[in-house]
Amino acid sequence: MPLCTVTKPMFIPFIVAGDPTPDITVELAFALQEAGADMLELGVPYSDPLADGPIIQRAAARALSGQMTLQKAVELVPEMRKKGIKIPIIIFTYYNPVLQLGEESFFALAQQNGVDGVLIPDLPFEESGPIRRLGEKTGIPLISLVAPTSKKRIETIASHAQGFLYCVSSLGVTGVRDTLPETLNDFLTEVKRHSRVPVVVGFGISTSEQVKMLKDYCDGVVIGSALVQKIEQLNEQLQTPANKEEALAEFQCYAHSLVAPLKHACSSQ
Amino acid sequence: MYNVPNENGRFGDFGGRFVPETLMLPLEEIEEELAKALADETFKAEYIRILQQYSGRPTPLTFAPNLTKLLNGAKIYLKREDLNHTGAHKINNAIGQALLAKRMGKKKIIAETGAGQHGVAAATVAAHFGMDCIVFMGEEDIKRQELNVFRMKLLGAEVVPVYSGNRTLKDATNEAIRYWVQHCDDHFYMIGSVVGPHPYPKMVREFQRIIGDEAKRQFLEREGRLPDVIVACVGGGSNAIGMFYPFLEDDVKLVGVEAAGKGVDTLYHAATITKGTKGVIHGSLTYLLQDEYGQIIEPYSVSAGLDYPGVGPEHAYLASIGRVRYESVTDEEAIAAFQLLSREEGIIPAIESAHALAKAVELAKTMDSSQTVLVCLSGRGDKDVQTMMRYVNVKEDDDVAAVYRD
Repeated sequence: MPLCTVTKPMFIPFIVAGDPTPDITVELAFALQEAGADMLELGVPYSDPLADGPIIQRAAARALSGQMTLQKAVELVPEMRKKGIKIPIIIFTYYNPVLQLGEESFFALAQQNGVDGVLIPDLPFEESGPIRRLGEKTGIPLISLVAPTSKKRIETIASHAQGFLYCVSSLGVTGVRDTLPETLNDFLTEVKRHSRVPVVVGFGISTSEQVKMLKDYCDGVVIGSALVQKIEQLNEQLQTPANKEEALAEFQCYAHSLVAPLKHACSSQ
Repeated sequence: MYNVPNENGRFGDFGGRFVPETLMLPLEEIEEELAKALADETFKAEYIRILQQYSGRPTPLTFAPNLTKLLNGAKIYLKREDLNHTGAHKINNAIGQALLAKRMGKKKIIAETGAGQHGVAAATVAAHFGMDCIVFMGEEDIKRQELNVFRMKLLGAEVVPVYSGNRTLKDATNEAIRYWVQHCDDHFYMIGSVVGPHPYPKMVREFQRIIGDEAKRQFLEREGRLPDVIVACVGGGSNAIGMFYPFLEDDVKLVGVEAAGKGVDTLYHAATITKGTKGVIHGSLTYLLQDEYGQIIEPYSVSAGLDYPGVGPEHAYLASIGRVRYESVTDEEAIAAFQLLSREEGIIPAIESAHALAKAVELAKTMDSSQTVLVCLSGRGDKDVQTMMRYVNVKEDDDVAAVYRD
């Protein structure tokens, strides 16, 4: 599915494959679609996630303890389709698991399973040549990131961007932040000036006020840690059959409340 | 002609720069400033002056007469990095990087540490240059290395405990990098070994090559020729690169020694080149200990300084082209060598350096008296005495040399 035809501004949630279990990940993804998600970032757990803060580190540890792997995460995509998830799904993975699976095998697997895009946070533009070519060959865009420190690099990265361009909101790793830098809107405007593809923003975004503030400056908002933290809080209920439906509903409403400024009414209410 | 890394920071296939985009510009700035500094005679002169007047370089080259006699093989020489200020080779690099940080106008230093030797070196130079210093250290290592934690605090550094993963060096490095991502606008990240994204492996080599440069000059003066074999221990591999680099184009056998822990065929070792596979760790493509899915495996060694699941990309390259031979030494062999050097030569080596020594002893025995072995004695063993008390029951009439006699 092409990534650029979705309505703007997009809500792009991030969850970790296998947190707390593979089956529940599929159900959480469905709840997110119901809450108005326009695209899903499915995170592959990694032992040493350099771009992630403690919330996503803990989620990765939970998923790894259930033996989640890159291949199993990719194979969750057809499970999600079966469940009725229609939005594009991006695989978010660190580079090392891709290297071990083999770059070509990974793209073949992704293509076979209907993955719509790939994001590798520790593969900067300079090192991305071979992966980018594989993405072009298989029709799976490699999503690039730009950061507040990118400065003169923005133009080069933006001119090669595939799918959409991911702006890192502030210096730092993923997490829940109370405040975003005052210069963020200027940064987003600058990136949009150079970009031919939609510009989305992520890292630290965790309240509906922040979403409201950003919605006029970008084409989409990525929310990860806030949702993963909610999953952590609901962990036990999600895994108790009697309480699961209620927990999923609570998760869906929470997700919707975060992005209410992007949407109209809560469809689940 | 040996000329790596290339402009992309690659040593053959190895090295490179696998980091979040946020760090790319800071790395480019360091690379640019490093190139200028290395071409600047004033910078080099200042670096050498501080090494001489503050750290006590040049460090001596010591002949080990008793050990040589005992083994009845090649003559053994020791390059005495243990006699540096703070007790190990780590200070060479810390001084170089602090000077670069100063040149870049950065007054806050971030460091990671395992055993605490690099942390102490970073805290020391920060005190000397009037900089702030924050050191990330795994909670497990904090417990194992109380003395060095106190030294760092005494020197004015802030020591931040790391609770992720196994709470050792790998995790401390992750956390230092995460902190750097957040503070890269005004902090300088001082990596302690020849690891990490380009230009760190090259930079640390340039600030450690003083070991090999001095040793070469001293050895020629003393013996009138180059050594037959040089041995150094390899965790990340900074003392080994520093020692080997000036000899790479000479007819000298080079041997890097990894930590075999409880044995390379057990799950408890840190022999990355011997047993590892290609992958990315801490921003660099190299050999590492990982499972088939690309998750990094926690290493093990009695030596906190060698207890690292990766290795510098230049070592991976030197192994791949066959220029350096990489072998491994178990905890038990290293502990025996630790006792042997103490008893025979009156030098208590760091347990890391004892790994190199154990291999040198083994090699020297197979060589003849016209040949020579040079060992990089990368640090002193005071920091290890507490740990060694658990392994070694010292008795005055112990004959620790018995096994080495024929």
